[in-house]
Amino acid sequence: MSAGAIKERCRELQNKRWFASAAFVCFFLFMALAPSLLDLFGVSGGGIAQLDMLNKIGISAALALSLNVILGQAGLFHMGHTAFFAVGAYTTAVLSTMYQWPIFSAMPVAGLLAAAIGLAVALPIIHLRGDYLLVVTIGIVEIVRIALMNNIFGITGGANGIYGIARPAIFGFVFNSPKSQFYLIWSFTALTVFIFYLLEHSRFGRALNYIKADDTAAAGCGINVARYKLAAFTLGAFWAGMAGTLYAANIRTIEPTSFNFFESVILFAIVILGGSGSIAGVLLGSFLLIGLQDVFRDFDSARMLVFGLAMMAMMIFRPQGLLPPRRRRYDARKLMGKYACGISRQCGAKYNPYDEDEGSAS
Amino acid sequence: MSALSLRNLLKTFGGLVAVANVSFEVEDLSIVGLIGPNGAGKTTVFNMITGNYRPDSGDVIFNRRAITGMPTHEIVSLGIARTFQNIRLFQNMTVLENVLAGCHCRMKAGLFSSMFRFPRQRREERHAVEQAMRELAFVGLDRQYNNLAGNLSYGNQRLLEIARALASQPRFLILDEPAGGMNDQETEDLMGLIRNIRGRDITVLLIEHDMNLVMRVCEKIVVLEYGAVIAEGTPAQIKTNPLVIEAYLGVED
Repeated sequence: MSAGAIKERCRELQNKRWFASAAFVCFFLFMALAPSLLDLFGVSGGGIAQLDMLNKIGISAALALSLNVILGQAGLFHMGHTAFFAVGAYTTAVLSTMYQWPIFSAMPVAGLLAAAIGLAVALPIIHLRGDYLLVVTIGIVEIVRIALMNNIFGITGGANGIYGIARPAIFGFVFNSPKSQFYLIWSFTALTVFIFYLLEHSRFGRALNYIKADDTAAAGCGINVARYKLAAFTLGAFWAGMAGTLYAANIRTIEPTSFNFFESVILFAIVILGGSGSIAGVLLGSFLLIGLQDVFRDFDSARMLVFGLAMMAMMIFRPQGLLPPRRRRYDARKLMGKYACGISRQCGAKYNPYDEDEGSAS
Repeated sequence: MSALSLRNLLKTFGGLVAVANVSFEVEDLSIVGLIGPNGAGKTTVFNMITGNYRPDSGDVIFNRRAITGMPTHEIVSLGIARTFQNIRLFQNMTVLENVLAGCHCRMKAGLFSSMFRFPRQRREERHAVEQAMRELAFVGLDRQYNNLAGNLSYGNQRLLEIARALASQPRFLILDEPAGGMNDQETEDLMGLIRNIRGRDITVLLIEHDMNLVMRVCEKIVVLEYGAVIAEGTPAQIKTNPLVIEAYLGVED
């Protein structure tokens, strides 16, 4: 087979409707093997450093995917997502350390509180467009960070944060080792991908995309633009809160500096760079931005320079992101030519409720 | 019975009076043309009917119900659909997906049921695709369902907008310069299409600069100048109305 033919076959394969789901399944199967692979190749230190990094990537990926609903699908320029992540993490920390709640019970509460705050802040600003919304959301993340810093309600521990957060446990099994943490976090990430994949391919996801493309036209098609934007925002905040729970339970000590504006910018960049609105793109973006940050840690400030340059190059040469969203496919081939036409010339006399009575009006 | 009646609509932008006390009726199942020189306020009138603008005063009555100032999406679900003067398709989506947008307001699945694809939602979704294909066939675009909307010719983009509007199952269709950018043959086809739309029991109100189309397709014409109605009547009456000739059509040779 020639190279051209192979390329053609690959394209055909990619265009199959099941291609994306199959790719995700393969990816997560591979991830499930990752700890064993690290063992197998005898990575120094038992691969703990690598697992920790993968855990960080997994949490970031889940968080970035929740931002993707707001920024990628609905096109709302939201640069304050860390605020909801912080709310989730602190809710978990407070419930765990002060009330001895198990982590898994704290998780939905963390999500709901983040969602409630998300809804409350979004209500007055949701009608803002593009850059205006961006500025306000930057304000949100700063307000949350400063509130945490100032020991709001006397429960956030100020600049020291909260330490001694419990490990997640279920039926007596405690997720203690990096490996068990890895499986917990990546299961959550897989669940996130599954949920948001269904969302993307639902009526809801489609409506968000219409709004992103042109909200006036979307409203003109009968879509309740404000309601869908709010729903996207609230759902994204809910999921970010739950990701915050995993983060708190993974790192066990949280402090306000972990939730600063820069982290929000990185999340924003993951979505834009990976491919706005594309789940696969956001996963790839998480690996690149979080993973490479770690790999190039030794270069310190020089790494940010390279980072910035790489981003600029991306925006010039590939503004749609590394893996832009795929076109949705519908099974409508069988329906072609099946229905009546209302234009006489193109389709003969199939549809003709009124005799062509030229000049009757003039 | 009149499907739509506008009563003393007034809209100002800053100091500019865009629409001044416009009143007219659109009879049920008629085809009505709204004409007038550029800047006469035609599109502003449309925008007030569809809820894009809120009139300063006056009322929009649709099927004996005041819809003045209602949000656009509610007006669409009441049965008024529109197309835009400057084509507003979702350019980077497929032709079919564009029409599915119109189906949206007739679908009921909530967030969770649509995500988890319960049998009922799958049926609804399949039905929506069929409905969309039916509208595409109606405007003659069903074979292009999988193309990107932005790749269609200008005339076909206009037709696609009509299909998208029809997909919301309106009883009243508003067309803003449907023949804009179309060649003679396409305009000829469009006239047949507009009549067939009315044949589906949909009332049509249109803005158009192509006088040939307006005179041949519309049963009633309303002429706007400087935001006010200066004449209304049948095409024959409008053609001979001295006010209209002076303001708009010019003197014939």
